[in-house]
Order: sequence, then C-alpha cells, then structure tokens
Amino acid sequence: MSDRTDLLLSLADDELVLGWRNSEWTGIAPFLEEDVAFSSIAQNEIGHARALYELAAAELGTTADELAFDRTPEEYRCAPLVELRRLEWARTIARHWLYETADEIRLGELKTSEDPEIAGIAAKMNREEAYHRMHAEMWVDRLLSTDDGRSRLKEAVDELWPYALGVLDDELRPELRRRAEERLERKLAEVDAVPRGVHESELAELLEEMTSVRRSAPPGSQW
Amino acid sequence: MIFEVFRQERKGQPFQHAGSVVAPDEQFAEIYAREQYGRRQESVALWLVARDDVTEIAEFPDEFDLKYRRVDGYSIKTRLREARERAGTVDMAPGASDAS
Repeated sequence: MSDRTDLLLSLADDELVLGWRNSEWTGIAPFLEEDVAFSSIAQNEIGHARALYELAAAELGTTADELAFDRTPEEYRCAPLVELRRLEWARTIARHWLYETADEIRLGELKTSEDPEIAGIAAKMNREEAYHRMHAEMWVDRLLSTDDGRSRLKEAVDELWPYALGVLDDELRPELRRRAEERLERKLAEVDAVPRGVHESELAELLEEMTSVRRSAPPGSQW
Repeated sequence: MIFEVFRQERKGQPFQHAGSVVAPDEQFAEIYAREQYGRRQESVALWLVARDDVTEIAEFPDEFDLKYRRVDGYSIKTRLREARERAGTVDMAPGASDAS
C-alpha cells in the first residue's frame, strides 16, 4: 500500500469512526437542539470519510463501501482517540474539541500538499470543519465558564490527552500541545502518544455493529 | 433563550418563519439554527431573532363585526384601474405597465 493510500485511509477511518461514535448521541443528547446539531456534525464526518474512501478506492481498484465496511478491525488505520466509547457528555465534548484541534493542524498541512487531489479534499473538508470547530470551541468556552464545567473538562481532557497526541504524526504534536495549552491556560502532561495501528477492543465492537446491516444482505446488494 | 428562525429558501424570496431554537446564547443559537434549518441545503440564508426582541401585537378588538371590511367575492382590480384613470395616477401605480 502506498503512503498516499495509507494517509487517505487514516483520515477516512478517523472521520468514519468518529462520525459513528458521535452519532451514538442521536436521540439521547442533553437537549434537542444539541441532538440535531451533533448528529448533523456526525453525518458531515461520515461524508468526509466517503470522499476520502473514494480517492483511496480509485487507487486500490475497489469501492468506498468495501473500504468502509469489509475490512478486518486490524486493517483500520484510525487513531485510538476516535475508537473510544465515551458516552458521557464532558468526554464527548473533550474528544470532539481535541480531535477538531488536531484535525485543523493536519488539514493545514495537507492543504499545501503537492498532490492536487489531497490538497483539494483537505481544503473542502476544512470549510465544513470550521463549523465543527466553532461548535467545539463554544462548548469549551461554556465549560470553562463554571467551576463544575472546568473540572469536568479537565478530567476528560487529561484522560484523553495521550490519545489526542496519537492523532497526529510526531512532528505535528508540539503544535497540538501549544494550541491546547494556550486554550486551556494550563500545562498538559508529558506523556507518550497512543499511536495509530494499535486498536482498542471497542473498535471491533463498533465495527460489528456498524457492518451488521451490510452483512445481513447478500453480497452486492444495492441500497 | 428562545430564538425565532426565519428561513430564505432561494435568493430573493421572502424569509419565512421556520421554527425556533432554544440556546444558551446567540453563538449556540447560530450553530443550532444552521444545523437544524440549513443542513440539507434547504436554506440560502437564515434570520435569527431573540424572541424577547419581537414586538407582538395580539389584540384586535371587534366590537362592531368588522367582517364588512372584507372584500371576498368583490373584484377590485377593474374598479381600482378606473379610479386610477380618474385620478390620473395610472402610470404611477406599481405594475401599471403590465398588460393585466
């Protein structure tokens, strides 16, 4: 597999799996407006995944659906941050914000790629991610504005921090630290990143559920 | 806070009331309205108005049966044109150049 395909799959898997995780709030988010907004953001992520899978599929001679649904858990390239099942609102928001912050750094790099397809898709994604970031930043503002919110956000960020570092390649991690520390106005732990390629057991469970509809139909079914 | 949301479906069309969103502030309201009324490309623009900023008129006293003011079944178009001709304001009327 080329570096390019590897990169596309890493991005696509991140977006698909996070989109799935975020969609687990559909119907049960803290209140109706947030439910609709967060579900819509989740759908956007899955839309990004589709576009990225299509680019990878063209190179691999397969289809986006096969890449999204027919691989084994070990073949997924997503960062463990997006795999975690954290059905608790402060952690969900912390993950969302950490991911969007990391993603902004990553997309900033990719927008300047010499590969026009990669640069193009990064620029397109970034235009939608801008609203995801706005949503995440609003929540961080909100949480930081009360003692209760601040301590819940702190606990969640500290737990997820090694995972957040793992979203980015080595050389981009200092920038994530700089931005996160500046935003939270505190130092974050010096820890090893939880790297890509090592999966949490939650990923297999997620894939089991995510692919159940597809597996229930005969191969080649049209939806 | 409750924000009333008005939605424009296509450029140039009037904004119509779409519904409302509950949000802690205007910033949240903006995101919620965007996702609730714009995520399927059903709007080209939205107006958000805090409900508290809306002036409502909800009293229309009707002591003498105001029904007589309605013009149901009465064709006003011809009468209006005749009146304009008499007054010499035909060319000034909006849409006066239309054949209709």
